Amino acid sequence: MHWSFYVVAGLTVGSGIAAMSLRNIVHCALLLTVTFAGLALLYLQLNAQFVALAQVLVYIGAVAILIVFAILLTRSSDIGSQSRRSLLAIASGALVALAAFATIAKAVLTSPTVKRDQPSAALQFSVTQATSVQDIGQQLMGNYVLPLEIVALLLTAALIGAAVIALQERRGAE
Amino acid sequence: MTPLGHYLLISAALFGIGLAGALIRRNAILVLIGIELMLNAANLNFIAFWRFGNNPQALAGVMFVIFSIGVAAAEAAVGLALVIAIYRHYKTTHVDELTRLKG
Amino acid sequence: MIEAVDQIFVTVKRWIVMHSPEELRTLVSILCSVVPITLVFPLLFALTTLLERKGLGRIQNRYGPNRVGPYGLLQPIADGLKMLTKEDIVPRAADKVVHFLAPMVLLVAVLLSFSVLPYGRKMVPIDLDAGLLFFFAVGAATELAVFMAGWSSRNKYSLLGAMRAIAQMISYEVPLVLSTIPVVMLAGTLSLTTIVVQQAQFVHGIASWNVFTPWGLAGALLFLVAATAESNRTPFDIPEAESEIIAGYLTEYSGFKYALFFLGEYLGLFALSSMGVTLFLGGWSPPFHFLDWLPSWFWFFFKLLGMIFLFIWLRGTLPRLRTDQLLRFSWKFMLPLCLMNLVVTAVWRFSDEWHVPGALLFRWIICLLLIAGPYVLLGWFFEPKVGKRVYRYAA
Repeated sequence: MHWSFYVVAGLTVGSGIAAMSLRNIVHCALLLTVTFAGLALLYLQLNAQFVALAQVLVYIGAVAILIVFAILLTRSSDIGSQSRRSLLAIASGALVALAAFATIAKAVLTSPTVKRDQPSAALQFSVTQATSVQDIGQQLMGNYVLPLEIVALLLTAALIGAAVIALQERRGAE
Repeated sequence: MTPLGHYLLISAALFGIGLAGALIRRNAILVLIGIELMLNAANLNFIAFWRFGNNPQALAGVMFVIFSIGVAAAEAAVGLALVIAIYRHYKTTHVDELTRLKG
Repeated sequence: MIEAVDQIFVTVKRWIVMHSPEELRTLVSILCSVVPITLVFPLLFALTTLLERKGLGRIQNRYGPNRVGPYGLLQPIADGLKMLTKEDIVPRAADKVVHFLAPMVLLVAVLLSFSVLPYGRKMVPIDLDAGLLFFFAVGAATELAVFMAGWSSRNKYSLLGAMRAIAQMISYEVPLVLSTIPVVMLAGTLSLTTIVVQQAQFVHGIASWNVFTPWGLAGALLFLVAATAESNRTPFDIPEAESEIIAGYLTEYSGFKYALFFLGEYLGLFALSSMGVTLFLGGWSPPFHFLDWLPSWFWFFFKLLGMIFLFIWLRGTLPRLRTDQLLRFSWKFMLPLCLMNLVVTAVWRFSDEWHVPGALLFRWIICLLLIAGPYVLLGWFFEPKVGKRVYRYAA
């Protein structure tokens, strides 16, 4: 594997760990943004150009800002952490996560699908040639038009729902 | 280990980190951040299998990830709106204190 | 001969790459594309600060700066020296790492967005298949830099200014992207080089720029307004106006970091103007066929300077909008107009098949009515219900 893969992967996993473990919540949000950027670089290495740019546009440009706004509007950056969580709670959470990782890692390391030789050079060459934006557009409007319309409905519903939920109540009925 | 294996291990690691964060941290927003990490790990998995798989012409992996990114953005928006609404009522975002159903 | 002048930069780059050692070829090629951009656009920034001050001065019936050199031409150097020698004060309670990184993130994001623009015939640093998407994706990352600047200063005014600025930038990103969708629809590609090449075709001696069509005209105007708001310029410059909340999210920045923010903001303006020129004004193509002896890069920078002049003119002429007026304008006025523009584009495209005499005029009238109708109706609908002004004089 090229050395750039190890650098980007290390950056992504490192910032992921830091995003989940830092005390200051705004730093967590900013490191999450770094994780998203690292993932976009990994998608570029996997030759998925459109997905990488969509990841940057949607996750970094919208979801990260949404998280930051939520942090600001709920004053979470001011509240310090009060009582420490008991060690048992932290340990059991970490254990569950470690078990999940171990299960998936074992499945990956022992699976014959993963160990099989890489596809032939001709197939790889056609991958690097084939995924133009036009192909994605034609698939979206051809085979995947039903999920497209449903996602459009879902996004409209989420937009209206989020606006209604977060709306400040006018008549003071708290 | 093959390149596919490398990418799958990264994806598994990110999933584990997101899961750990969602289980351990007490702030509702950090739980949502953990969930976003898990969704991203799954997306990476899809793209890795698309790239090293049998039929990359069909663009199935790319399509799934595009829809997944869209749905995750919608879910983050609604989740964070809920957190803001709960904060306005309970004046806290610690999940330990949100124990009652009656508002 | 005309070809040689037109392609002179390409030829020079090729010569440099050919005469460099084998292992360093990729690096030298990258440097040859990147270094001219990082030299030319900051120089243009220096020129623009001077032009802006003199232009604003003339609009306000005074001279601009005219003491430092002949006609004030050395003023940017004086400004640069001032910024460099000012003391760099960081508040004690500020978050040092984030405070330091904010201007860097802004500059990196803005400089990245320069890499997909076609500056001339065959003169693109990177020819991406999804160039337009790359541009908007990287532009969305600049908002995070604004938040970092506002939050790390631990100053309530900075935070408030940052939140207003981000709300404004997010609200105007939707009309910005939506107003470019008609261009993509009719060009059939997201690649900027293809879009410009399609506009460089000459029909009856006039180039087929997108701005010469009704949907292109409406799209260009919408893009212009949204770009003004994205770059925080008057009339949308509440986040950083001198008479507003001190300096908004830039309050705690002094010296070189302030200069970097200033540079980043103006470079963002240049990037958006260049995108507007590429999408609507035909990029590097000359307007008339008999003018194509001038090189393509000359036309690009000529149009870019025209757009910059337009922005300076708007700054000197229009008053400032309040935050709520600004947000209302974006969501309730510009967004419906952008959606109507999509309909107009479709009507224009499918009425292309009418082969009746006078069809062009007829199509223009229909499309203009379709876009001007909602414009007028929305204006009437959202008009503030105040009566005529009543003056009462002292007896």
